[in-house]
Amino acid sequence: MTVAGHVEPGTAGKPGGDRRRTRIRRGALRPREARTAFLLIAPALLLLALVVGYPVVKAVYQSFLTDPGLNKATGMFDAGNNWFGLHNYTHWLLQRCATPEGGYTSCPSGALGSQFWSSVGVTVGFTVVACTLETVIGMAFALTMHRAFRGRAMVRVAILVPWAIPTAVTSKLWQVMFDPQGCVNKLLGTHYAWTSSLWPARSAIVIADTWKTTPFIALLILAGLQNIPAETYEAAKIDGAGAWRRFTNVTLPLVKPALAVAVVFRALDTLRMYDLPKILTGGSNGTTTSSILVVDQLTRGANSASALSTITFVLIFVIAFGLVRLLNANLFGAQAKAVR
Amino acid sequence: MRARRVAGVAGVLSATLVLAGCGSGGDGDSAAQGADGRGPITFVTQKDNSGVLPFIADEWNKAHPDEKVTIKQQSDQADQQLSDFEQHFQAKDPGYDVVTVDVVWTAEFAARGWIVPLTGRHALDTDKLLPATVKAGTYNGKLYAAPYGSDGGLLYYRTDLVDSAPTTWNELIGDCKGKTTKGTITGARPACYAGQFAKYEGLTVNAAEAINATGGTIVGPDGRSTTVDSPKSAAGLDFLVNGFKDGYIPKEALGFQETQSVNAFQSGQLMFMRNWPYAVAILNGKGSKVAGKFGVAPLPGPSGHGASTLGGHNLGISAYSRHQATALDFLKFIESDKVQRNNLTVGTLAPVLTSMYSDPKLTRKFTYLPDLLKSIETAVPRPITPFYPGVTEAIETNTYAALQGRTTTAQALKNMQAAIKSATAGG
Repeated sequence: MTVAGHVEPGTAGKPGGDRRRTRIRRGALRPREARTAFLLIAPALLLLALVVGYPVVKAVYQSFLTDPGLNKATGMFDAGNNWFGLHNYTHWLLQRCATPEGGYTSCPSGALGSQFWSSVGVTVGFTVVACTLETVIGMAFALTMHRAFRGRAMVRVAILVPWAIPTAVTSKLWQVMFDPQGCVNKLLGTHYAWTSSLWPARSAIVIADTWKTTPFIALLILAGLQNIPAETYEAAKIDGAGAWRRFTNVTLPLVKPALAVAVVFRALDTLRMYDLPKILTGGSNGTTTSSILVVDQLTRGANSASALSTITFVLIFVIAFGLVRLLNANLFGAQAKAVR
Repeated sequence: MRARRVAGVAGVLSATLVLAGCGSGGDGDSAAQGADGRGPITFVTQKDNSGVLPFIADEWNKAHPDEKVTIKQQSDQADQQLSDFEQHFQAKDPGYDVVTVDVVWTAEFAARGWIVPLTGRHALDTDKLLPATVKAGTYNGKLYAAPYGSDGGLLYYRTDLVDSAPTTWNELIGDCKGKTTKGTITGARPACYAGQFAKYEGLTVNAAEAINATGGTIVGPDGRSTTVDSPKSAAGLDFLVNGFKDGYIPKEALGFQETQSVNAFQSGQLMFMRNWPYAVAILNGKGSKVAGKFGVAPLPGPSGHGASTLGGHNLGISAYSRHQATALDFLKFIESDKVQRNNLTVGTLAPVLTSMYSDPKLTRKFTYLPDLLKSIETAVPRPITPFYPGVTEAIETNTYAALQGRTTTAQALKNMQAAIKSATAGG
């Protein structure tokens, strides 16, 4: 059932053994079986190509085209869609903006182009801070919910409520609370204009996001906790491990698979966060995330927005891929250690 | 397992790209066949905060049982309205027949060919309308949108705290001395002055008013050259920048949009407020602590009355509408005395018919009408450009930085000039 409890002495020494066997078996798939397998997944692949592949390819293609420009003679927009090479990309990545004379200059403050790198910074910053907070608090919540005590069901419900509220409602809720005369200021005895200066606005987003999504992490961790058999703890106790040792050496490694999934999910969610800052602060005061920038640009020039969303896509993909690799490696190492 | 998870990740992420992929334009062709079409129409407009839409729908539908109007209300946020229109126009949706066009969107909608010019078959009589509102519906010398409601900024003041409305900025600041709290909205005493200073379109309006009051300009007379970086503009913008520095504008106002400023004034926390005429109805309404205790006056300036930014909305006929003849009739109906009068009496919306501002019956009830007329007649339009979203972003962002004290006024104007230039060059 679990790794620690039921590992046979022979395989514990070589944790890679199981994997290797799978690979050999997969390689030995017979041609007929392979064909059937392919036929079975073909409809799914086709559907994916249609609903995911086509828009992606089209967006990438569009990102190399010009946006409609103003025809000075008629005062009307032309059709655009001429070949533009990498200009849409250099516009965002190198922050080169067009000048009235037809040249390029570095984007001035107040142009969308000048916000690209800051929005990337903001997005990554939110992700790192919010996910860390959510993981730590979520773990605490999960441990609380896991313990048997009177009124446990009530606590579980109370912890889960924020997750059930739609993000838009959450944002409005916190907007009211962060109002200069709202309850946050009254409780703290402060007079911050929370959503109208840089760091309070950013903190407000992180607080609201943490409030909303910690239950999600807590829930996943709780599921992981409930898979750890009580005997493991008893064994550790008999061996003389204190509460902290039991947490670091038993709970943490064994709950790590669930934890890893939770962190990856949350990180991806935060990396494409749009609604919360859009509603809470309108993206002002250094809370413009990459997704907000993409949507803002969309109304000004779709092809340039395609380039921006392609860049954002690649960026998130790289981070997500790195995260999955990192957590998987960690996971594996931790499990092997726990086994030993 | 790992590969599958990565594939799933890819699927989720591509949502961003799908968004962009759908935004491609094309060339319009359905316009011609709809020009003489008659039938039911849909009127797409902003959220009805004033309660005037039921009257419009009832009156129209009574007279036109075969060409009924369906009203679709959008959000009450201008940027959400705009993106709703952009999406529907890009999709060439024939379901939007008559659309409410904020004065600053007229140029873009016209230049993109989304709304039809009101000439030839679609000609509209504009003789009885306020010239400023007609100008606001005009792009490239052609009328594209019919004036629906006009708007000018007004100064709201507390008659229980001051005897008469200040006419200059110095008078306004002087009136506050000894009567207000400094810098924040706290305690029993009100703060001095607030407008709309959150980073959104309202900030562009307020900044433009301050800049225009001292003779500064944002764009030149040709409407293309950028002229905002000047000592005159700096003098105007400094009224707002110093407000936060010296404390006659409370720092909470950095988060104020129209609603928040009305709420603050309504609960007795402000002595002076800049807002649109629609606020009169709310401030006299139920739950208002200042009902009967406030007056309305033209905006103050450096020496004598200041400048207002022209606000308001026009109505355009969608180029993709199949019932454009009916839509034109609807536009004429909106310009009628009946509708304009109801808009004023029920919703305190500024009418676009010149005659209403001197109608004795109305001026007796709405004593501020002459002031409002002055405000609208002398109002300065915001830059008329199809690249308006970029231009206003340039004004908002840099003004906001100056108000927060993150940049100097001079630097903010310099950046603003560069950013407007870049925006009108197409990004």
